[in-house]
Amino acid sequence: MKEYTYTEKKDTRSGFGDGLTELGRTNPNVVALCADLVGSLKMQDFIDENPERFFQVGIAEANMMGIAAGLTIGGKIPFTGTFANFSTGRVYDQIRQSIAYSHKNVKICASHAGLTLGEDGATHQILEDIGLMKMLPGMVVINPCDYNQTKAATIAIAEYEGPVYLRFGRPKVPVFTPNDQQFEIGKAIQLQKGSDVTIVATGHLVWEALEAVKELYKEGIQADVINIHTIKPLDENAILKSIKKTGCIVTTEEHNIYGGLGESVARLLSTNDPTPQEFVGTNDTFGESGTPDQLMKKYGIDKDAIIKAVKKVIARKNK
Amino acid sequence: MEVKKLEDLVFQTRRDIVRMVHKVSSGHPGGSLGCTEFFVALYHEIMNINTDFNMDGINEDLFFLSNGHISPVFYSVLARRGYFPVEELNTFRLLNSRLQGHPTTHEGLPGIRIASGSLGQGMSVAIGAAQAKKLNDDSSLVFSLHGDGELQEGQNWEAIMYASAKKVDNLIATVDYNGQQIDGSTAQVLSLGNLEEKFTAFGWEVINIKEGNNISEVVKGLTKAKERSGNGKPICVLLHTIMGNGIDFMMHTHAWHGKAPNDEQLETSLEQNPETLGDY
Repeated sequence: MKEYTYTEKKDTRSGFGDGLTELGRTNPNVVALCADLVGSLKMQDFIDENPERFFQVGIAEANMMGIAAGLTIGGKIPFTGTFANFSTGRVYDQIRQSIAYSHKNVKICASHAGLTLGEDGATHQILEDIGLMKMLPGMVVINPCDYNQTKAATIAIAEYEGPVYLRFGRPKVPVFTPNDQQFEIGKAIQLQKGSDVTIVATGHLVWEALEAVKELYKEGIQADVINIHTIKPLDENAILKSIKKTGCIVTTEEHNIYGGLGESVARLLSTNDPTPQEFVGTNDTFGESGTPDQLMKKYGIDKDAIIKAVKKVIARKNK
Repeated sequence: MEVKKLEDLVFQTRRDIVRMVHKVSSGHPGGSLGCTEFFVALYHEIMNINTDFNMDGINEDLFFLSNGHISPVFYSVLARRGYFPVEELNTFRLLNSRLQGHPTTHEGLPGIRIASGSLGQGMSVAIGAAQAKKLNDDSSLVFSLHGDGELQEGQNWEAIMYASAKKVDNLIATVDYNGQQIDGSTAQVLSLGNLEEKFTAFGWEVINIKEGNNISEVVKGLTKAKERSGNGKPICVLLHTIMGNGIDFMMHTHAWHGKAPNDEQLETSLEQNPETLGDY
């Protein structure tokens, strides 16, 4: 089993902020917009270095999405920044018509996704955003797992022509992926090799999956662990190849199991190679106030939940 | 362009509009007819454009239609200005057409830079395009058109507040001020109050075109708007029009907002608007 360690914890939103700052230096067409959350989105360095390429729109997310669409007409590459809830549900029709249907080169960058924003509670904890975004034709949906991967993803999406939803979060989480990684949209990353079960994880749940695998290994269970940072387009080959070997799968995400990564995987499997699957995610519920760790435990999206799901799915396979 | 030639275009555009909606028994003739003079003036007299279409539109004026349901007038004027073949108007609202019910970039129709139809989004897009022009040191202008009823959508007021705060003075946003919407007059449905005072209070310069269906007055008003651009304020043109203008039984009512004429009504409409430049 491969060892994953970390020397520090950092928030994925800082990966976005630092990626944006680098883009400011390397790509003159990159512009940024924010709806009164510059500090939360870590955009200040970009603004300090490129004040003329930053647009503060105030608390007006619908207007921000429209302005971003307009900025592409003239060759700009706009990155919008606000919380995930206000980046998606609040402005769904603006994204649908002015960005997705019009195929505008806008990068919708969303922080504070999921339960782990913590104490602000359910009004801000969107658990439906992956579903909303993946249903839009032509929309790329990315949910990186740590600081380094979020920074690499931020830089990579500027090179891709078309709308992208980039989802990241607030809490400080282990930095365990390489700081010199090349991010390839739609290309899954194999983190562990095993033949008993496949674990497909995205976002903050990738680290939880690695922690779960350590304990499972002690019990003699060896898992294939795949980091699916891109939910759409899904790396179908990587998943199908893995389940050929393992014969069962657990999907895990900081999102409602209705409409998330798990459902994309289920569709893939049912149409290609029906396979026992267990879903680790929130189950048709809103969140609540609490610390990130408390919430992940209560809502069943942590290491322990993954271990339980793995044992259940292996039992189903062996029945 | 001589006034006579512009008037010929207006008559022909009206014919195109009613023939398009009649053929498919659907579409929106009322607002299209009310804005015919505006579109003809804009595309043949006011804007500096390149009909060899390029999405980025660098160094040319841009236009965004926010109230996308008046697509018939937009399509007719784009075709007759040379963006695409006039014969293509025959495909309006048909399967596999580039002329969708509401305008879209999706099928690659030259002249369209954004999808519209879901109301209230066009001003934000126009602002973004105007700010891109400033970043590109491109001194050309951005024009947009909005329904008056459409201003009931809140996103407009976000955009109106933003445009003046950020001094987007290369934007000329026109409101089709016909006082009508689907369910009745704007006064009955949800009063807009005093639009001129509202835009002024939001920091815009307002220009009224009192006779929005008089081509000379429209050219004059839009020329004035162009002259006033670049002075630190976005410009609002209140274009006073008559919904259904040019066809007597469609005028002064909201009834023809989204209804097509039957055979007999088409004939009457065409009698009132003689062919000038050749039907498609």
